[in-house]
Amino acid sequence: MIRDIAPVQIAPTRIDWPMLAQRWRVPLLAVGLAALPWIVPSQALAVNILIFGLYATGFNLLFGFTGMLSFGHAAFFGAGAYGTGIALARFGIGWFGAIGTGIAVASALALLIGALSIRSRGIYFSMVTLALAQLIYYIALQATGWTGGENGLRGLTVLTLHIGPLTLNFLDPTVKYYVILAFVVAALWAVSRLLNAPFGAAIEAIRENEGRAAACGYDVKRIKLVAFVLSGSICGLAGALNALHLSIVPIDSLSYQTSGLAVIMVLLGGAGTFFGPFIGAAIFLLIEDVFSLWTVHWQLFAGMVFILAVLFLPHGVWGTLVSWRKGREP
Amino acid sequence: MSATPVLAAEGIGKRFGGFTALDDVNVAFERGRLTAIIGPNGAGKSTFFSLLSGAVAPTEGHIHFEGVDVAGEPQHRFARMGIARSYQITNLFPQLSVHENVRLACQAMHAPARRSLWRDRTRYTGLADEADAALAQVGLASRRKRLAASLAHGEQRALEIAVALASRPKLLLLDEPTAGMSPEETKEMMALIGRLAAERTVLLVEHKMKMVMGLADRIVVLHQGKLLASGTPDEIRADAAVRRVYLGEGRSGRG
Ligand SMILES: Nc1ncnc2c1ncn2[C@@H]1O[C@H](COP(=O)(O)OP(=O)(O)OP(=O)(O)O)[C@@H](O)[C@H]1O
Ligand SMILES: [Mg+2]
Repeated sequence: MIRDIAPVQIAPTRIDWPMLAQRWRVPLLAVGLAALPWIVPSQALAVNILIFGLYATGFNLLFGFTGMLSFGHAAFFGAGAYGTGIALARFGIGWFGAIGTGIAVASALALLIGALSIRSRGIYFSMVTLALAQLIYYIALQATGWTGGENGLRGLTVLTLHIGPLTLNFLDPTVKYYVILAFVVAALWAVSRLLNAPFGAAIEAIRENEGRAAACGYDVKRIKLVAFVLSGSICGLAGALNALHLSIVPIDSLSYQTSGLAVIMVLLGGAGTFFGPFIGAAIFLLIEDVFSLWTVHWQLFAGMVFILAVLFLPHGVWGTLVSWRKGREP
Repeated sequence: MSATPVLAAEGIGKRFGGFTALDDVNVAFERGRLTAIIGPNGAGKSTFFSLLSGAVAPTEGHIHFEGVDVAGEPQHRFARMGIARSYQITNLFPQLSVHENVRLACQAMHAPARRSLWRDRTRYTGLADEADAALAQVGLASRRKRLAASLAHGEQRALEIAVALASRPKLLLLDEPTAGMSPEETKEMMALIGRLAAERTVLLVEHKMKMVMGLADRIVVLHQGKLLASGTPDEIRADAAVRRVYLGEGRSGRG
């Protein structure tokens, strides 16, 4: 009926939302994160979302985009944190150089662990990364002279930041938040470029079908190693920022729970999506924040949410939205 | 005599544990020819292709491609040297678009693009155009935005060919490209293979005997991992050993 009374079909100018979101994903996420302190209940929670969102983003580069499930990414988060902490506390290197040291240490460790682990595939790869990360944990636990062992590394409080003529009070939570945000946005921009580059296409090809990627002429081992190192260095930056934020490096930075955190956050938010890791980090940390006030058994709730998400949103919260949107396209 | 072969297999063999899938195969393929490789199920045809495309290293023998011994080289080198393969069982990038499946193959052959970590992939417009050309060649231009996984079986078989074609191979290996296709689709596919063979060297594994006889310049027969015979279609038709193990079975069995 309606078709009959509308003889002339005027094509509506449809806005391609997914395309726009894709092109503007870094500014969009930056704006969202800049507003975060006013959205979530506390500033402390906002900083955690920032840091762990970045950590999950680094992990997602390997897991969500290259298809390699590492159970040992705490090694790189911890290496970044200890690298930065030791540079500050033991060598008196400035805060900026200390962050660089953290990233360098994490990248070097990722090169080593990556070279050893990418010989295996699937669950064997996961187990090798887990075993090597546990090795790093025990070395850090024993090397108390360097790491402070069980008590964590202390004495790395950064009071002020000197950036050219500028002097910033790093104890001011708002200043601290936006300084960390600047690093996170820079890293997100780099990740976005990597994903848009031919490299991003190649890692997706490896995720989709490793054998065919090799048959097409991709050096699969080499690309996997590069992805592993880049992923490790981003997680290292997250660890470095966490060290500056906390003013200590807890030994837990290297624990397998921290490795598991990346897996949970990425699965919650949506593996292989750009926004997913931050959404996953936000959901997980919000649950922790809200439920840990009521009960010490907050992990029970977090676990339940995780199970429900895996059962009913197998692509994660953001991943499900994206595929729902794709499914509606003509 | 004929020109130097593009590819020569010299005494190649492949054992899987105690089982010999391919045993002492000696055969050379001349430039510009279409050679069909036939043989009963389990004869070792796909294994032969896996060796020639570098997916699997031979346990015995040498493979000379354009005069260079390439056996034991990593698989990506085979592709970059100009050997491309399509698979008997569809082997694509399922959750990527049809266009991206092909563009990836073009990108892999383009050294600056392949190595780039930083430049936007859409800036390599030549690769996107090459991919579109390969899709047009197999009749999939209208499907370019669809996910590979969402294509019909026959379309996925065509995409298999497009991905292999996209790397502009000197030697194209096609492993049962018509597997599971309707008679109509099969006819189109065989016509396409005829067109492709006019421009490059093609090896074709195919069960549909009649089609192969009409299309191929030469035929190689494998049986239980061994080279049983090779020659022109007429020679193969007349070969007593081939008639015994293959043709008789082919008439009553599949094909
Ligand atoms: N990876 C492997 N491990 C063990 N045996 C294998 C392997 N690949 C192939 N084979 C065996 O080698 C033999 C040859 O297999 P191949 O796939 O090459 O045969 P084919 O001629 O292609 O057969 P078809 O016509 O069914 O495709 C078969 O007996 C097969 O079971
Ligand atoms: Mg086969």
